[in-house]
Amino acid sequence: MSLNVAPPPAAHRPPRGSRRRTPSTGRRGWSAFDLKAVPYLLVSPYFLLFAAFGLFPLVFTLWYSLYDYDLAGTTEWAGLDNYAKLLADEDFWNAVTNTTGIFFLATVPQMLIALMLANALNKRLRFRLAIRMSVLFPLVTSVVAVAIVFSQLFARDWGLANWLLGLVGVEPINWRAERLPSWIAIALMVDWRWTGYNAIIFLAGMQTIPKDLYEAAAIDGASRRRQFWQITLPMLKPTMIFVVLNSTIGGLTLFAEPTTFYNGNVDGGSQGQFQTVAMFIVKQGFREFDYGYAAAAAWMLFLLILVGAAINFVLVRRIR
Amino acid sequence: MTNWKPAVMTRVMLAFTVILSVFPLYWMLVIASRSNSEAVAVPPPLLPGGNLGENIMAVLQHEDAKFLTGLLNSMIVATTVTVSVVLISTLAGFAFARLRFKGSKILLMAVLLTMMVPLQQMGVVPLYRLMVSLEWTGTLQAVILPYLLNGFGVFLMTQYTTQAVPNELVEAARVDGASTLRVWWSVVLPAVRPGMAVLGINTFMLMWNDFMWPLIVLTGENPTVQIAITQLNMRFATNYTLIFAGTALSIIPLIVVFVAFGRQIVGGIMEGAVKA
Repeated sequence: MSLNVAPPPAAHRPPRGSRRRTPSTGRRGWSAFDLKAVPYLLVSPYFLLFAAFGLFPLVFTLWYSLYDYDLAGTTEWAGLDNYAKLLADEDFWNAVTNTTGIFFLATVPQMLIALMLANALNKRLRFRLAIRMSVLFPLVTSVVAVAIVFSQLFARDWGLANWLLGLVGVEPINWRAERLPSWIAIALMVDWRWTGYNAIIFLAGMQTIPKDLYEAAAIDGASRRRQFWQITLPMLKPTMIFVVLNSTIGGLTLFAEPTTFYNGNVDGGSQGQFQTVAMFIVKQGFREFDYGYAAAAAWMLFLLILVGAAINFVLVRRIR
Repeated sequence: MTNWKPAVMTRVMLAFTVILSVFPLYWMLVIASRSNSEAVAVPPPLLPGGNLGENIMAVLQHEDAKFLTGLLNSMIVATTVTVSVVLISTLAGFAFARLRFKGSKILLMAVLLTMMVPLQQMGVVPLYRLMVSLEWTGTLQAVILPYLLNGFGVFLMTQYTTQAVPNELVEAARVDGASTLRVWWSVVLPAVRPGMAVLGINTFMLMWNDFMWPLIVLTGENPTVQIAITQLNMRFATNYTLIFAGTALSIIPLIVVFVAFGRQIVGGIMEGAVKA
């Protein structure tokens, strides 16, 4: 840029014209730099960090997954052995089953309740802000704290859940020891935290739907219920894609709730009945120090998320 | 809207939801303010007792729990990450929204793609090995660094700047001779402050709650608050009052933030959702 030495118009030439860079070309050079290069400077912090802490771990996870590590610290090329072993590993499939099972148990009711709740919040109400805030309240509590509170609520001997069930004559349930009860307890923790948040997002989507659509439908004699199914739901599609994608990523990487449910242990219960894939990765990598195996499992988790996101996307698209 | 009064069903449903939302926290206070024998009584206690101060002091003074260290560490981690993410995102958001440069569309697409990848879960093995080779395991920078990268932040600030800063404003400042950084400082920053607040609150809450990565990379000697509670929970599994007093302590900063900025949080979440 400093090579730009086109002489300035004669009238503006400084009296002793011996300097090669006049103030005015210097300024032009700076402004060209400012326009062309500064934008890259502004976005560079993000991309430098991405290279170091995003791209590097992704690529090296692949690299690690092709090696065999053992406790003694020896490293050996393994090719695709880790993946083959993983596909034949019952514990891994158990974790996949648990993750998807808890995900469905949590997500399906959560979406339905969030939609109903958003519909209710969309009406004229007193204490609007207070209600919206209390619906969001669970989100600002810390995950581990909530999981501990729920673990105590679902304790076998002194838990509130069993005490309440006992009042209606149900035998105490050992929530932690059995598969389905433990899934239900964990799904409830997830739902308690996220249903209100998703309802608020649905509410935001509902408020962008033009009012005259409803007025026209009312004139045509469509009932409130019918308006909900024929107008609200289809118009909410973009919001729903956002919510479902978020829930899929969050649900399939579930870690804090089930881990805390077993007092901070990543085994996920005595039989691994609620060990999720994220817990499996941490167990293989940081309890057994089999880095290669954990890395392969991490790539499988990514695959699971892609499949999950694709299925959800197709399902949501079918709403019309 | 022809119906002025919401139907009874709606009211019941909302009341029920509000109670359910607040109950577990109320329950936390009930147990945290009781003695251990009361906490496990049948039927369970339903009202708070008088031991809250005592239990909280017991948690703070417990030598193995490192609870004060945990609170302080979480403050440092969450604040550092929040300030850097907001700064990085505001700079990049301005560039993507209002500056013309070659490759900007492709770079923005790249940011959106990175939002889809759960990097902190996927990359744990290399990230951990990296921290080991830098001898940073057990230190706070090991927790902080991987989270400075936040695609959602860049996306949000790009959207916000596009909407809050008209192009004419940028052009006018340019005509007056302002440099790009000057435009950012004097024109963009004042206009996008609400967006920065939303991103900041969001990031702070996420970091305060982060669990998996600190559990891997930190030790019990130098925990974040979530790890400190987990340690309490592991070592004193039946000492409910102690654990619940700890959990109560761990969410107090979040509740303070929430009550202070409740209106902005609700508004921000709703705005962010519509723009996404």
